[in-house]
This record gives sequence, structure tokens and C-alpha cells, in this order.
Amino acid sequence: MIKALLDRPLPATALVAALLAATTLGVAWNPRSIVVFLLFQGSMLLLYFARMPARVKGTLTLITLGILMPFLGTINAYYMEIAIQVGIFVALALGLNIVVGLAGLLDLGYVAFFAVGAYSWAIFGSPQANQIFGGAYFPLNPWWFFVFLFVGVAVAAGAGILLGLPVLRLHGDYLALVTLGFGEVIRVLANNLDKPINFTNGPKGITPIGRPPIFFAAPLEALGIDPNPNVIYPLYLYALVLLIVGATVLANRRLEDSHIGRAWEAIREDQTAAQAMGVPLVRMKLLAFACGASFAGTVGVLFSAKQIFVNPESFTFMESIGVLAMIILGGMGSIPGAILGAAVVTILNLQILKGLSLWLNELRNAGIEIFGYSLANLPTQLEPAKYERMVFGLILVLMMIFRPQGILPAKRRHRELGEDG
Amino acid sequence: MDLEILIGIFPQVLLDGIILGFMYALIALGYTMVYGVLEFINFAHSEIFIIGAFVGVEILLTFKSAGWLDVMPWVLVLLIVLVAGMVVSGTVAVVVERTAYRPLRSAPRLIPLISAIGVSFFLQDAIRLFESLWRNSFNLVYPTMDVLNGRFELTETIDVSVKSLVVIVAALVMLWGLHTLVNRTKVGKAIRAVAEDQAAASLMGINVNRIISLTFLIGGAMGGGAGVLFGVQYSLINPYTGFIPGLKAFTAAVLGGIGNIPGAMLGGLVLGLLEAFAASYLSLLTGGAFGAEYKDIFAFSILILILIFRPKGLLGEVVRERA
Repeated sequence: MIKALLDRPLPATALVAALLAATTLGVAWNPRSIVVFLLFQGSMLLLYFARMPARVKGTLTLITLGILMPFLGTINAYYMEIAIQVGIFVALALGLNIVVGLAGLLDLGYVAFFAVGAYSWAIFGSPQANQIFGGAYFPLNPWWFFVFLFVGVAVAAGAGILLGLPVLRLHGDYLALVTLGFGEVIRVLANNLDKPINFTNGPKGITPIGRPPIFFAAPLEALGIDPNPNVIYPLYLYALVLLIVGATVLANRRLEDSHIGRAWEAIREDQTAAQAMGVPLVRMKLLAFACGASFAGTVGVLFSAKQIFVNPESFTFMESIGVLAMIILGGMGSIPGAILGAAVVTILNLQILKGLSLWLNELRNAGIEIFGYSLANLPTQLEPAKYERMVFGLILVLMMIFRPQGILPAKRRHRELGEDG
Repeated sequence: MDLEILIGIFPQVLLDGIILGFMYALIALGYTMVYGVLEFINFAHSEIFIIGAFVGVEILLTFKSAGWLDVMPWVLVLLIVLVAGMVVSGTVAVVVERTAYRPLRSAPRLIPLISAIGVSFFLQDAIRLFESLWRNSFNLVYPTMDVLNGRFELTETIDVSVKSLVVIVAALVMLWGLHTLVNRTKVGKAIRAVAEDQAAASLMGINVNRIISLTFLIGGAMGGGAGVLFGVQYSLINPYTGFIPGLKAFTAAVLGGIGNIPGAMLGGLVLGLLEAFAASYLSLLTGGAFGAEYKDIFAFSILILILIFRPKGLLGEVVRERA
């Protein structure tokens, strides 16, 4: 019934708009309820599926992301944090989607490029660079942050080519293992390059990292809004994330339909045939690595500015697999799939599992008895929030067995990772 | 003076390298046997390995709390623990194959690999969940046994702990057992036949599915045994401990030539020795600039270099390419 409703433009628009409004009010009324916020997110999903004129849909999306979400973020700061994290992972998933989904090169060390981007701003946007060059020229002026968004692209793309060059000859699972090794090498380097010259400050990490400048403080004051950094920064970072995600989606869509995207898909389907048709394998594969990496690089810069602190713990193999799980859940090679997958997995980890943890804690503290078993005796080590790996693992196994093409499959089926034929 | 230190620690480093090497060899067998029959990297093997270590620690802790640990002969205790670890790990490996790999056997190559990564992650947290519920702690320490901590002095500077000897002897027995099984028995012949050509093997009346299960059982058992020995040797384990040794054992398997059983043994030993020497000599040779913490990079670099320049490994045949 709902499907029939969503297929007709007018009722669909009304339904989605009503749901969005209702859930927004719901969150405003009960800011601490994760379930209500989940319903709000569900309405956003319905918005995607509902059939309505493109202009209406665009307006509704703009209102939801541009007004409703920031509004909810000011009510409960944690929801803003979730939205920012979702954005970061969407951009990462879209980047990995190019390498794995389009070009068919399974990259298990993707987080390395994220790390490269994050460290590039972390080192120069904090006093850390003084340890390398001497003097006291650093941290750089906050304005440099915007330059570093592009420096991150360049450095990560360079790292992508550096990884791509030696592995060009490898295929399939061997390629996967080498990229895994590369990811680990980058992490171990970050962990140990605090001597002989202190580049990364080792496991202690780098802090404080500069944040982007609030250049719009004066107009805000003129409008009578207090530019308090604690309030402004979450909204500001959210806006930046939206911009980057928007640029990423745009770049992905343009790439997918360009001759480059077609060349990637040709390589994925059949490398030999692609070469015979005149696709320059070396250049296209390197381009895939560089493009995929560059998105991770720029989000890395943003990530380090958001966290004010980076250390190697943020760039483990688990993160690479997390991003992989996102695009596999959504559907490899599919842009809406990557976005949906990233959102679902991030929300699951940050919101649902955390919520379960809090709920268990409350039960434990309340000490209610169920069937003669006092819940106060629940083991304290039992924390659902810590079981991200189990989530990733289940997603990977179940999707591979039951739906390898993902929830929102790409238009063109493919052989390397999809069904034969 | 430096040279004196370098020579002085040599025998100790050699011994450490051999122990590490046997450990890698035992784990590498699981990777290489499965690759031999299915051409598939069983990514979850590192967790099969650490499950063995957890079975071992659970049994030892139970014995300890029952007060049996000091009464029972230590050889018997070790034997029980080793066999239990092998049985459980082998069984888990078979179950994993049935549920997560068999439905994907005809799928394109990357599909089972991704599934295996998923299994690996799932098992890590499954162990954690179990231990959290059972003991409310998932960082476990092997109980000490006095006999195992004894040391033989070979010379003034070099001594060997009983523990290390036990590990070496147990590893040798397991490797010898596997070698005999694969080369001298009918079952072994069937395994080799399936690895050579599945279709032909099944025409010869071999039940291919059973042999594949058996391969997982044997490989898993070797891994589980290695897990117990790992726990005895290094004491501290947690659900995530298995990952790095697993990856290095895979490196060892590739180094020796993946799919090749003697190759895995050789690769394990070579990698163990290289790593032990890198860990102790790197810092001495570079004046402390690069220390033992780079030994992981060292192993991964070997993996990357081997895969790029000699993917068939030291003893391997050319790996066939499959779409």
C-alpha cells in the first residue's frame, strides 16, 4: 500500500513532507529519543524512494538537509555529530566506490589515503611542523585550511599512484592483500615516525589541530547572532561536509558517465577485452586509484580539523573494512547505494549500537529482575557499541550470500563482483 | 664492541626466529591447503588460529581453578589442551566453510574473499562476546606452569626455556603428522587429487565436498594447535591478537609458494627468522633510529615484494589466473 502511495506524485509528496515535519517536531519534543531521530532518518529514506517531480524532490531534500537537520542539530548536538560522521563516511564510500565498484580493484587499505589527508593538515595546522622544520612558523593561519582541502587531494592522489604503480600487474585477491599490506604500512609508519625526526608524534597523536576560520563572524553579529565557536563549529563543519559530499557526488556522477568511467567498467568486466579495445590499462588503473584516493584525502583534512586531534588509532584496517561494508551493503558501483550504505552503517554504529549500550547500562543500574535473574549482574564488558566488527562482518557475509549486488544495485551488472554472465 | 654484541645475541635470536617460524609454518599450512584445493584465501584463518588459543586458555583456567594444574602431569595437561584446541578450531573451520564459503563456491573470485573477511571480523567479536559474557574480560593470560618456565643453560649467555622446547617439539610432531597424512595415506592422496583437478578427482570417485571439508578440518586443526602453542609461548591473548600473526603466516605461505605444503613450512621458517633478525638487529645497525617496531612493516614489505616480483614464491608453481 505504501508503495502504491509512493508511486503517485501528489500523495507521495504530501506523505513525505508530513512525515518529515512530524518527525522533526517529534525530535524537538523529545530530543533524547534515538527512536524518534531514527524515524526522521527513515523519512529521509522515503524521500529518496518517493516518486515526485525532480524540482519538488530537490526542494524537499534541500529543506531537509539545509534547515531541518541543522535545526535538530542545535537541539541535540550529538545528532549533528552523527550527521557530520555520516557525511564523512558517505564521501569515503563514494571514493572507494570508484576503485572497487567502478574499476573492480578490491582495495583493502583505503583508509591509508584518509590518513594521508588527515595527517597533512594535522602536521601543518598544528605546532607539530615546527618539530620538523624548526622555528616557530606553525601552526599555519586557519585560512590555509581551505588550501589544504586541495593539498589533501593532491597528496592522497600521489599516494594512490604510489600504491597503484607496483600493483598494476596484480589481479583479484593478490591485489587485495597488497593494498591491505599498504594500509598497514601507512598506519605503522604513522605510529612510529616520531623518531629519528618527529613527523607524526607517534601513538600519542597530534593536537591541537587548527579549525577553519569563522570569517562570517561580523555579519552574524550584525544579525544579532552570537558567534560562539562551540555553537557555530558543528553547524559550520556540517555545512563543509555537505559541500564536500555534494562535490563528491557530482564528480562521481560525471565520472561514471564519462569515457573514463566507461573505461573503468570495461576493465572491471574484462581486462583483456578492454585492452584490445584500446583502453590504456596502466593510465586508467592509476587514475582510478588516484581519483578514489583524492576523495579520501580531502575528507581526511576535514576530519582532522573536526577532531582537533589525530592518532594512528583512527586509521586501522577495521576502518577500511567498514567503508567496504558500506559500499557492499548499498551496492558496488552504485552512487545512491554508496550513500545509503554509508548512512545505514554509520547510523547503526553511532546511534543504534550506542543506544543499546546506554539502554543496557540503564537496565544494569536499575537492577530489574527478569525470571529471577537480576540485570545488575550483566557483565560490564558487554557493550554493544564495541561490536562494530560483528556488524561489518555480518553485513559482508550475508550480503555476499544473499544479495551480492547490494540494496540499490548499479544499473549495469558486472562480473567481477556480481553475477556471472 | 658492536660486532661483539651482534655475534653475542646471534644464537638467542636464531632460537626466537625458529620458534616464531614454526608458529608461522603451522598457521601457514591452513592458508596453503585451502588455497591448494579451492584457490581461495581463507581470510578467517587467523581467527580459527586464535580460537585455538582461547580454547587452550579456557581449559587451563578451568584446571587451575579446580586445582588440577599442579597435580596432573604437565605433559598430559599440554596434550589435552593441544588436542582440544585442534578439535575446536578444526570444527569451527568446517562450519565456516559450510555456511559462508560453500554457497559461494561457483561465484566470481572476489565474492568468497569478501565473505571470508566478513567471517574474520564476525569471529573476532563473537569470541569477544563469548568471553565478555563468560568471564567479563576478553584479555586473557595463560596460567603459568612452573615446569614450563624452567630454563636450560646451553652456554653462559644462551639459555633455552622448557616452553620453547615444548613448542618446537610439538610443532615438529604436528608438521611430521601432516606430512605423513598428506603423502602416505589414501586420504592424503585424495586431497592432492582434488587440489590437482577437482573435476577429474570427482570422476575418480572422490567425494570432493568431503575432501574440501576435510582440508578445512586439517588446516583448522593445525591453526588451532598453533594457537595453543602461541598462548603457551607468549601468554597474553585477546580476540584481535590473531590478525597480525595470521597475516604474516599468509605472507609465509605466499613466500613459500601458496598451495604448496613444504613451501608453507619453508616460508614460515624463513619469515620467522627474517623477522627475528630484523627485530633485534635493525635498531643496532641503524643506531637506534629504526627499532623492532618496524618488524611488521618488514613482513608486509616482503609480502608486497614477493607478490609483485615472484608471485609463485620460493617453491611454488605458476599461479593460474581465473576470472
